[in-house]
Amino acid sequence: MTKYLIKKAGILLASLFIISTLTFFLMHAIPGDPFVQDKAIPEEILKALHKHYGLDQPLYVQYAKYLKGLITWELGPSFKYQGRTVNQIISEGFPVSLVLGVEALFLAVCGGITLGAIASMKHQRWQDQMTMVIAVLGISVPSFIMASFMQYVLAMKLDLLPVARWGSFSQTIMPAISLAALPMAFIARLTRSNMVEVLQQDYIQTAKAKGLNSITILFKHVMRNALLPVVTYLGPLTAAVITGSFAIEKIFGIPGIGQWFVMSITNRDYTVIMGTTIFFSVLLLLCIFIVDLLYCLVDPRIKNPGNESF
Amino acid sequence: MMEEQALFQPLDRASQLLVEESEVVAPISYWKDAWLRLRSNRSAMFGLITLTILLTLAIFAPLFSHHTYYETQLHLKNESPSATFWFGTDELGRDLFTRCWWGARISLFVGITASLIDLIIGVMFGAFAGFVGGRTEEWMMRIADILYTIPYLLVVILLMVVIGPGIFTIILALTLTGWINMARIVRSQILQLKQLDYVKAATALGASRSRILMYHLIPNAMGPIIVTVTLTIPSAIFAEAFLSFLGLGVQAPIASWGTMANDGLSAMRYYPWRLFFPATLISLTMLSFNLLGDGLRDAFDPRLRR
Repeated sequence: MTKYLIKKAGILLASLFIISTLTFFLMHAIPGDPFVQDKAIPEEILKALHKHYGLDQPLYVQYAKYLKGLITWELGPSFKYQGRTVNQIISEGFPVSLVLGVEALFLAVCGGITLGAIASMKHQRWQDQMTMVIAVLGISVPSFIMASFMQYVLAMKLDLLPVARWGSFSQTIMPAISLAALPMAFIARLTRSNMVEVLQQDYIQTAKAKGLNSITILFKHVMRNALLPVVTYLGPLTAAVITGSFAIEKIFGIPGIGQWFVMSITNRDYTVIMGTTIFFSVLLLLCIFIVDLLYCLVDPRIKNPGNESF
Repeated sequence: MMEEQALFQPLDRASQLLVEESEVVAPISYWKDAWLRLRSNRSAMFGLITLTILLTLAIFAPLFSHHTYYETQLHLKNESPSATFWFGTDELGRDLFTRCWWGARISLFVGITASLIDLIIGVMFGAFAGFVGGRTEEWMMRIADILYTIPYLLVVILLMVVIGPGIFTIILALTLTGWINMARIVRSQILQLKQLDYVKAATALGASRSRILMYHLIPNAMGPIIVTVTLTIPSAIFAEAFLSFLGLGVQAPIASWGTMANDGLSAMRYYPWRLFFPATLISLTMLSFNLLGDGLRDAFDPRLRR
């Protein structure tokens, strides 16, 4: 088990190193100067700017400084917003995105498992077909389209919910639903197919024959085994919520980190782009690592490797 | 044979498939069997027919349209759908019907090209890794694992910043990490297949390794490969629409469903059709590919059908 975790941690660190190196060199491969814009800037000012941001040093020195900054989590100043650092931007935007993200995750996991469980219990009846139709729609309709339709129908036409902005709970409802729709549909499908498989196993028959009531069977025997693979979906789920937030925060005017990321790209604010990219990657990789850890705890096959190789 | 057949009642085709094993029927080939299963799957057929219609319109609608995607008529801006402008016009008076089908061309082109490149790289990498085995395989799959953890949309966005937005940047960025999924699926298929007896037989008969790989292993992994391709296309179409929606994809005046949806969003309150048509088309296309992909999966591997 320790060996398995060390291996996973190794992959995690290697991925982080590759992402940060890739980001650094990609950002420095962009042709042109980050400060040269529409109006001409005098030579001296440009030089002073370069000196201020350390851009006059050789690339390897900049790279070393950058890596050191990453380890101490000092992501440097923003190129576009005077006097603001990337750390500040992240610490302002992240709490907002976190609230939204957690709400969406909660909705996706609870909703997905419930839908999947209903579908598998009513296997091949109308409830099953209904749920699967909803699920395939959830996978097919992009989150930004679902968000705009909801905004149009629920907020503008029916006036049920606030159109945009951030602050109260009612303002989080539409963003959270549109972020959660895709992962919820995936979880529903995953839960359903796993549960259908588990329900056919002999030990479920045995449990029924023993006279256990159906609630006990459902929670202790079916769910426990069927939800194992759902745990592994937490990684892609986080990725979906993060990338989804780019568009959703834009549509609903939410001052989260996703909105900052998109803005920094249009503004070509290189340090913010690098900082937020690394931040998202760390977040995602940590989630993947936590999933591995959880899996390790719940799946006995990993603790005693023998017949299967990991 | 004759006597046996007389024992059974004549059956219609659909139920014939179900009792296939107990029934004496002429052997059906793998592909024919898959096709029969697919044909009886209503939602998959819905996907297939919708895609055919979409593809036909994407090819022919711009050719027969009286408008072009870039022609602006400022006195006819924000017209609602009518006989002249079937889907209405946008804020510059451009015909949305024509623009929608140009957008369809872009979406389908990006989706199909990206998944074909994924197919080629993924099959080569996966088949080689699965076939050689040992150290080489372990290293190859470790590299794939590391690349797989890199969030692909971030890479895509970074590349768009560096190389500049455009269709080919999108395709390049999508395929950079997109082939890994295919490689993993092909590898696991090859690992299963290479232990089967007919591969041993082929080896015993003196077939070369490359012949076994090309003629015995890859053709038998074709089912999962086709399913993966079908399900990769909608995710590529989504990625293009998503990037264009954020303003990072194809640039004006080229029409893309994502850019049109983005333009339509700001005008949604007064001119909802500007959002409605591109948004519906994106969703319908992705839905059709997903339904077809699910149907193909059931058709190629009936054991999974539940």
